[in-house]
Amino acid sequence: MQCEDCREREAELQLTAIIDGAMRTLDLCSACASARGLTTSPSNPAPLADFLAQLGPGGGAPGEGFGEPCPYCGITEDDFRRTGRLGCPQCYAHFEPQLRSLLRRLHGSPQHVGKLYMSAGSEAGDRIARLSAMRRRLQRAVETEDFELAAELRDRIHEMEGAE
Amino acid sequence: MIRPGGAIESRGLRWAAVGGEAGDIVVSSRVRLARNLQGYPFPGRASAEDRARVLETVRTALGELSTDDDVELWEMKDLADRDRDLLLERHVVSRELVGEADPPSHAGLALWTDETAGLMINEEDHIRIQALTGGFEVEQTWRTVDRLDERLGELLPYAFHHEYGFLTACPTNVGTGLRASVLVHLPGLVLTKEIRKVLEGIGQVGLTYRGLYGEGSEVVGNLFQVSNQTTLGKEEEELVGHLTRVVGKVVDYERSARSRMLREAPGILEDKVWRAYGILRHARSLGAEEMMNLLSALRLGISLKLLQSPRVETLNEILVFGQTAHLEEAAGAGLGEVEADVARAAYVRTRLQSDES
Repeated sequence: MQCEDCREREAELQLTAIIDGAMRTLDLCSACASARGLTTSPSNPAPLADFLAQLGPGGGAPGEGFGEPCPYCGITEDDFRRTGRLGCPQCYAHFEPQLRSLLRRLHGSPQHVGKLYMSAGSEAGDRIARLSAMRRRLQRAVETEDFELAAELRDRIHEMEGAE
Repeated sequence: MIRPGGAIESRGLRWAAVGGEAGDIVVSSRVRLARNLQGYPFPGRASAEDRARVLETVRTALGELSTDDDVELWEMKDLADRDRDLLLERHVVSRELVGEADPPSHAGLALWTDETAGLMINEEDHIRIQALTGGFEVEQTWRTVDRLDERLGELLPYAFHHEYGFLTACPTNVGTGLRASVLVHLPGLVLTKEIRKVLEGIGQVGLTYRGLYGEGSEVVGNLFQVSNQTTLGKEEEELVGHLTRVVGKVVDYERSARSRMLREAPGILEDKVWRAYGILRHARSLGAEEMMNLLSALRLGISLKLLQSPRVETLNEILVFGQTAHLEEAAGAGLGEVEADVARAAYVRTRLQSDES
């Protein structure tokens, strides 16, 4: 089927639209569709690997490479650029300066403010930090009238206080 | 309690049977948390031995959960190809967990038998905790996942950094590791050509969208999966609350676009809906994408009360059972493309007919 706009190329997609109060179906080629401000598949954000390629070396300040491969998992800057994935939890410490600026670009902030994690062998300081984070969440839950969550957090806080 | 996974049967389908809040526009709500274990490379970089240890560590932890938890665990390699495809079509597992030809080593799936939640093991991250609910229920879904994460966190040594939070293979997931997404049906905005503006708006407020089958998939049947883009620098409740508020607005825009169409071109709209019904009810061969697009018109017709049947839950069911692996499972045999289209048409005819009475 021919494109109804240019009458040259093969139509690749069908556009259904309401024009002057009437529903119409148009067969269009992709060039004419984009001329009408439409895309065949609405543009999605580029995956991380593309994003990294656009940033240039280091993903951070110009000229700042990732340096040595991660000593724990052996991943190199090239591996990371190709896959968009790091190799192990230690990569975050090893590549820290470069990652920090990448994280700021990706998320707008390099600082986690969500849930805290306390492993079984955590120090007392971690427990206190976690308790205060949970109290903060509790306060927010009350403010937003999420009473189900509030009740649950209250129970968890009591449990943790009891365990100290 | 944990036990080896049984036959797949109807597992992972509960969400489809729940119309839920705003179910005529919001098909489903999903929340997942990415978690990794200390001391092991991420799955993409881990040896088969390390992946095996991760799977065993998770299996042990699941066994130590309270007796209220009834969990089944499958190793993907032990499942038949079709079973893996069934789980994929039900959105219980990702393409990455299933693999292209063979599943990756020691990739696993744990499902709670009440279907409140599940775990993907050795996917992009060691663990993906996830829950899927029918309708617009993001906050409730988040609470389910959060509760489970708290309990698993007491049993598993998560990789956590004081500054970057929960560490993930991809830096786009680090921090909370939280991705909340809502599958919304937006034919009104597509037909009135307002969709572009809305999608751009979504991008400007830190959200993103994709098609039905996740990253890189095309939008079919006017179904958009809207989710948070960033995971670091905000609390979980803030991310979930923000998505809920924005999608709530999108739902309002969609409703007003629908009322405008109904006001300005009622005859045309009604004709489009009934034609779609006619084709689905009588066609002898039906392609997968064609079915999705026609189902979109039906979903719209039900929402606007232009049609009395089928029920929204039936449409959710057809979205799943009208796909090729499900048709093959029903036929008890593999189907070529032509046969699958014929089987699809027959299934849809019968399913719609049974809702008419």
